[in-house]
Amino acid sequence: MISELLQFLFSGLTVGAMYALAALGYALIYNASHIVNFAQGEFIMLGAMTATAFVEAGCGLPLAISLAIAISVLAGIGMERLAIRPARGAPLVTLLIITLGVALVIRGAVQVTLGKGNHMLPAFSGDAPIHLGGATMVPQSLWVLGISVLVVVLLAWYFGRTVSGKAMLATSHNRLAAELVGISTQRVLLASFALSGGLGAIGGVITAPITFTSYDAGVVLGLKGFAAAALGGIGSGPGAIVGGLLLGVIESLAAGYVSAPYKDAVAFILILLVLMFMPRGLFGAKVTERV
Amino acid sequence: MTYRSRHAALGLLAVVMLAFPLFGPDSFAYDIAIRIAINAVVVIGLNLLFGYAGQISLGHAAFFGLGAYGSAILTVHAGWPPLLALAASAAATGALAFVIARPIMRLAGHHLAMATLSLGLIASIVFNNEMRWTGGSDGMSVPPLDAFGWTLSGEPAWYALTGVLLFLAAWAASNLVDSPAGRALQAIRGSEVAARVAGIDTARFKTRVFVLSAILASVMGSLMAHYVGFLTPAAAGLTRSIEFVMMVVLGGTASVFGSVVGAGLITLLPQFLHAFESWETLLLGLILTAAMIFMRAGIVPTLRAAFARSKA
Amino acid sequence: MSALDVRGLSIAFGGVKAIQDLSFDVHQGTVHAIIGPNGAGKTTLINLVTGIYAPDSGSIELFGQEVAGTAPERLARAGLGRTFQNLQVCMNMSAVDNVMIGAHLSLASSLFAGMLRTPSLRRADAACRDRALELMAFVGVAQYATSDASQMPYGALKRLEIARALAASPKLLLMDEPAAGLNHTETAEIETLIRRIAETGTTVVLVEHDMKLIMGVSDRILVLHYGKRLALGTTQEVRSHPDVISAYLGAEA
Repeated sequence: MISELLQFLFSGLTVGAMYALAALGYALIYNASHIVNFAQGEFIMLGAMTATAFVEAGCGLPLAISLAIAISVLAGIGMERLAIRPARGAPLVTLLIITLGVALVIRGAVQVTLGKGNHMLPAFSGDAPIHLGGATMVPQSLWVLGISVLVVVLLAWYFGRTVSGKAMLATSHNRLAAELVGISTQRVLLASFALSGGLGAIGGVITAPITFTSYDAGVVLGLKGFAAAALGGIGSGPGAIVGGLLLGVIESLAAGYVSAPYKDAVAFILILLVLMFMPRGLFGAKVTERV
Repeated sequence: MTYRSRHAALGLLAVVMLAFPLFGPDSFAYDIAIRIAINAVVVIGLNLLFGYAGQISLGHAAFFGLGAYGSAILTVHAGWPPLLALAASAAATGALAFVIARPIMRLAGHHLAMATLSLGLIASIVFNNEMRWTGGSDGMSVPPLDAFGWTLSGEPAWYALTGVLLFLAAWAASNLVDSPAGRALQAIRGSEVAARVAGIDTARFKTRVFVLSAILASVMGSLMAHYVGFLTPAAAGLTRSIEFVMMVVLGGTASVFGSVVGAGLITLLPQFLHAFESWETLLLGLILTAAMIFMRAGIVPTLRAAFARSKA
Repeated sequence: MSALDVRGLSIAFGGVKAIQDLSFDVHQGTVHAIIGPNGAGKTTLINLVTGIYAPDSGSIELFGQEVAGTAPERLARAGLGRTFQNLQVCMNMSAVDNVMIGAHLSLASSLFAGMLRTPSLRRADAACRDRALELMAFVGVAQYATSDASQMPYGALKRLEIARALAASPKLLLMDEPAAGLNHTETAEIETLIRRIAETGTTVVLVEHDMKLIMGVSDRILVLHYGKRLALGTTQEVRSHPDVISAYLGAEA
C-alpha cells in the first residue's frame, strides 16, 4: 500500500518538476507582458526532440543537451523578435493567437525536419533502478528533481542578486515605472522569452529519458504547464513550482487509482475548476483595476 | 456598417449561393460548399463572441463535437429521431456552456481562453476513450437525417439546407450588430467599465452570447454528423477549435461577412496544404501568425478600411 | 432628501487607507465639487459611489436608497451617470454608437430582439440615434456625427463621454476631471457645458483640479485630504477656511 503510494508520489514529483519548469516559463512571460504564451509547451518539446536528434546523430550527451538548450533559447528570442515585437500594441487576444501560430510553426518545423516518430534520450546515469521504501525509482528521476532544484535556486539568485534579474522583477510589477528608471522593457521581454525557451528545453531534456517525446508532445505539455501555472496563480514564481508539483502528483495518483487514459483529463478538469472557483490560484495576487 | 451596405452584402451572399449550382458543380465542389456553409454558421456565432464581445474561445470544437456525438449517440444507441436528438444535444450543450461561463465571465480574457481550451481537451479525451459509446478513435457511423417521413440525402439537398441556414444566420447576426444588444456587445469589448456604468449587465451579456455561440456550434455539429454519415473524434479536437478561431481572425473579427470569407478560406486551405503533406502544420502556423501580425482586424475589415480610405 | 448622502465611508487597499470615515451630502439640483491633491482619494470616492469598489464600511445613499456595494449596471438604473478621468470611450465604435450606448436601458436590449430587428425596434433605435445626435450637438461635438471614435481628438472624446452619460438622463452625474488635459479655451467651454447641464435639473458632482473652473460652477465644495474630509461648504466658506488655505490654496488665494 505505502510502497504503491510512494511509487506514484515519486513519478508524480518527477513529471511535476517538468510542469513546474514550464509553469515558471509562463510566469516569466506573463509577468513581463501579460501574454499567455501558448508556445511554451513547444519549447519543451523542442528541447527534447533536438537533444535526441543530436544524440542519434552521434553527439555526446552533454553536447547534445547544450545544443538543444541553445536552440530553444534562440527559438524564444526568434519568437519575441519576429512574432511578438511586430505586433506591439495589438490587443491581448491577438497576441494570444500569435503565440498559438508560433506554436504551430515550431511543431510543424520539427515535424518536417525530424519526422513524426517517437524518440527517447538515454538516461544520464544509467537505468539501474533505485529502491526506496519499497518503491522503485529510476536514477533519472533524481536527475530531474536535482536539476529542477538547481534551476530554481539559480533563478532565485538571478532575480534577487543580479541587476538584470531585478529589472525583470521591476518590469513585472510596474512596466511604466520600470521604463521611467531606464529599464529597457523591450529587452526584458526579450530576456523573458529567451529564458522561457531555456527553461522549457531544460525541462524537456531532463524528462526525455523517462517519457517518449514526439513532434506533438508539446501541446499537452504546454497545457499542463499552464494548468500548473494557473493552479499556483499565474505570474507567481513559488506558485508555479507548487502548482507544477501538485499537478504532477495529482495526475500520478489519478492514473494509479482512478483510470490511466483519463489522467490527462485531470489536469484540464483541474484548470476548469480553478478558473471557475479560484481564479487567482493558490498564490496569485489580488488585482484591483484602476479606472 | 450602414443599413444599406449590410443589405448589399446579404444580397451578394444570396446571389453567390443561388448562382453556385448553376455552374454545374460536381460532388466534390458541393461537398466543399456544404462544409464551408456549416463552418461559416459556427464562425458567425464565434465571431459574435470574439469579434464583438471580445471574449476568446479556444475550445469551440467541443460544442461542435457535443452536438455531433450527441446526435450520433442518441440516434444510434437510443433510437431517437434525428431532429429530437439534435435539439436535445443543443439544449445540453447550451446548459454546459451556461454553467461554465457564469463564473468565468467576470474575469479577464485569458481565463476564458484557458477554460474553453481545457473544456475542448476534456471533450476530446472523452470522445476518444469512451469506446462503447463513441467508437473511440475508430469512429462511429451516423444515420442520415430524416424527419416527417423525408430523408435528406444527396449533396444538392444538403446544400440547400445549409445554404438557407447560413443566410438566416448572416441575416440575424447583421441585424444584431446594429441593434442595442449588438452595440452592448461591442461596448463590452471597447470598455467594459463604461458599458457597466451605462447600465449594461456585461456578465449576463457575455454569458448569453457564449451560450448562443455554443448552441449554434452544437446544431451545426449535429448536421455535419448526419451529412458525413461518419464521425471521428478529430471533428471535435484542438485542431478544429484552432481552425475555427483562424476563420474568425482571418476573415475579420467583428465582421459577419468576414466570418463567411474566413470559413471559406480556411476550409479550402487544408485542401491546398494537403498537397504539402508534412509541411501542413508549419504552413498553417506561418499563415496564422503572419495574418495576425499584418491584418490585425482580418481580411474583410482591412479591405473595407482600405476601400473607405481610397474613397475619401 | 439629498441627492447623495455618504456616512462613515471607509476603504483600504492593502495598507493604504484610501478613504477614512468620510461623511458628506450633496443637495439635489446643485453642482457639488470635490477637490484635493492627487492621492486624496477623489477617484476612489467616485469609484465607491459608482459601485466599482465596495467599501469596507459605511453607507452611501442615492436619493434615499442605500447603494453601497451595488454593481454599476444597477446604479445606472437608479439614475446615476459618470464620466471617467482616464477616458473610457469605446474606440471600436462610431461616435454616435458610443452615445447610444448611454441610452441602453431605454431600449429593448435582448439578443433575440436584436436578431429579429422588428419595425418597432427599428423605430426606437432611429429615435435613439436622433437623440444621440442632439446630445452630441449639446456638448459641442456635432461635427463628428459621422466619425468613428478613433478619429476624434482628445478634447472631443472627453465631451463625447459626457454626451454618453447624459443619454441616460441621469438624476446625478459624476464627472471625474472633465477638464483634465484641456487648454484654457476648452476648459471654459466645459465650464459652460456643466452650467447648462445643471440648468436642466441634473445634480452634478464634479472632481477637478482646475480652481477657476471649480469656483466658477460650484455651489458647494468638499475638500478631501488623505482620504479624510477637510472641509465642506459653499465656495465662499471653503475659500476662507483656514485649514484649506494652508493646505492647498495658499498659492492661489
